[in-house]
Amino acid sequence: MTKTSLTTRQSISGLLFSLPSGLLLVTLYALPMLCLFLLAFTDYEMGNVVIKWVGFANFNQILKDPVFSRSLWNTLIYVAMVVPISIVGGLLIAVLVHARTKTRSFYEVIYFLPVTSTLIAMATVWQFLLHPKLGPINSILKLLGLPAQNFLGDPTLMIATLAAIGIWQLIGFNMILFLTGLSSIPKEIYEAAAIDGVTNPVDRFFKVTLPMLGPTTLFVLVTSSITGFKVFDTVAVLTQGRNQSEVLLYDIYLEGFTYAKMGYASVLTLVFLLIIVGLSAWQASHMDKKVHYA
Amino acid sequence: MHPNFHQKFTQVPYNMGMKSQQALKIDSVVKSYGDVRVLDSVSLEVHPGEFISLVGPSGCGKSTLLRIIAGLEAQDVGSVSIGNSSVDELMPKERDVAMVFQNYALYPHMTVQQNISLPLEMSQLSWMQRLFFVGNFFSKTKLIKDTIANDVLEICKSLGLENLLKRKPAQLSGGQRQRVALARAMIRNPAVFLMDEPLSNLDAKLRIHLRNELVELHKRLKATFVYVTHDQSEAMTMSDRIAVMDSGKILQIGTPNELYTSPDSLKVAQFIGTPQINLFELTDAKDGSHFWGSATSPLNLNKKSTAALALRPEHLIVEAHRLPTCDVQSSAVISRLEDHGSEILLHLAIDGYANELFITRIPNLGHQDGFRPGERINVGFKLDTALFFDAQGRRSV
Repeated sequence: MTKTSLTTRQSISGLLFSLPSGLLLVTLYALPMLCLFLLAFTDYEMGNVVIKWVGFANFNQILKDPVFSRSLWNTLIYVAMVVPISIVGGLLIAVLVHARTKTRSFYEVIYFLPVTSTLIAMATVWQFLLHPKLGPINSILKLLGLPAQNFLGDPTLMIATLAAIGIWQLIGFNMILFLTGLSSIPKEIYEAAAIDGVTNPVDRFFKVTLPMLGPTTLFVLVTSSITGFKVFDTVAVLTQGRNQSEVLLYDIYLEGFTYAKMGYASVLTLVFLLIIVGLSAWQASHMDKKVHYA
Repeated sequence: MHPNFHQKFTQVPYNMGMKSQQALKIDSVVKSYGDVRVLDSVSLEVHPGEFISLVGPSGCGKSTLLRIIAGLEAQDVGSVSIGNSSVDELMPKERDVAMVFQNYALYPHMTVQQNISLPLEMSQLSWMQRLFFVGNFFSKTKLIKDTIANDVLEICKSLGLENLLKRKPAQLSGGQRQRVALARAMIRNPAVFLMDEPLSNLDAKLRIHLRNELVELHKRLKATFVYVTHDQSEAMTMSDRIAVMDSGKILQIGTPNELYTSPDSLKVAQFIGTPQINLFELTDAKDGSHFWGSATSPLNLNKKSTAALALRPEHLIVEAHRLPTCDVQSSAVISRLEDHGSEILLHLAIDGYANELFITRIPNLGHQDGFRPGERINVGFKLDTALFFDAQGRRSV
């Protein structure tokens, strides 16, 4: 038996221990990413026997594809509505709910319910609620003397309607995150503030609460943005992309699974991933400097 | 100028008579949380410029009392006056007090400078002047802000913080943080400083150091300090007077020396002083006379109600040359020696008190006076150094 040094033996056993999880990481995350990257340069269609290398053809197609630019635009509008409203709203509700003592858990459950339900199932409920003729929301509009709206058919309303449902689902989740953040602010800080003259609730919010929630807000911003970009279920159930209401994931789904153009779908997925990773990295690096960690 | 400026600086120091003047008066304050009575009719008068400590075991109500003075909690019954006028209806910021917290309670997102200037900004700038960016367009904003910055710099210089102004609390050591908290309290020039165990989060060495700094600071500011601590030695070394609290009541108020030499009750006697006072239950003979240890003659007491006597460690005499001065002697066995450098503590098993050890201190003269564990010696005391207590723990004089 050859004499190996202690460090060599330790690194060998270390590698052996990390091998199982390393294998899982490679097969579950790295390999699919690699496949995706390679497929993006091919004309692969599901069921094809021959795969042809097409170089950057798929990438060029993106630039000329009106559906892609439309779905990118729609997604950006959707995110621009969902992210700010669900964050500011979630924070507002969290501050209000946090001040409750006896009814706090009641409000927590109420606002969190949409998070626990499946969006697909809930989407059908929304479909009924928003129905142009039978829906209660339109009945209310009529009662108020307002014209009925085709929320899920009118191109000018569709993205806003989808965003409203997205906000409805996300706001409770953000509220819970903000509630956790609020609970972790030490009581003494508020007491010191009370003695220092920070007594007005608005002052207290901007001088103490909001800065102390910095790390929570950053987390909520990143997760909400990702959730926003990933909008799919509501589109798939409620509009199926009709009247030019496609979003990024729905476009990918159409190209890949309806039209079976896997090569092109791979490029779209790459672009989608780049957007999400880029945005998250930018948010994290940009905000990290301004955020205080206790 | 601060509204209380004249009142504050024309006050006569408390030791120059003028009983009617007080910085702080607490009158029969009662506070309960649910069924638990935390404060049970507590009254206390603090003279201007006095350093008073509230000391007691945890849960005795000392912190609650401090928070009631600050206005962070409301009392159920009773009233609190600061500088001769009631503050019961005033919010914390209007009470002319500043508080220093155990965990500093600095704003972690603000620099040292912002932390210290906040109280002044809140009181001297209107909400419009405080607005981000927009506030700078008001003519006086810059002038006020410059004055505040100057004040902050002055205070920081006096506490040795001038090089840390741009740091955040996370970048400071515990001692520095506590100095920033002090600076934040000092900047408002309050009538009363309230301190809630400000040193207990620091390590032992720094604690002693900051203890001295606080005493120096108190001398310099001539302000009134109310200092809460569970550490009796902290209270003993820093305060002009100490209020010993237990179970929501003030047991005794007095100077450190009064509490040490002449405690009203057994609880106070046991709480003040390290090592703890030695307590001897007295054995009653049938005729009502009391015996101590293995002594054959009864104690010459004319107190019928005496149940126990207590002796400070320095009053339990073991040195051979001092024993003849003792009124009572007993036999004892040295159980353990504890060398503290300048002095030695002897743990004694005294005859007649099984399963109990008593402590005496003797100066360490280098030759240890020949005391060794296991050795049998004589121990005694002078009657006039002993404190006597009745069965209820009250001092019997």
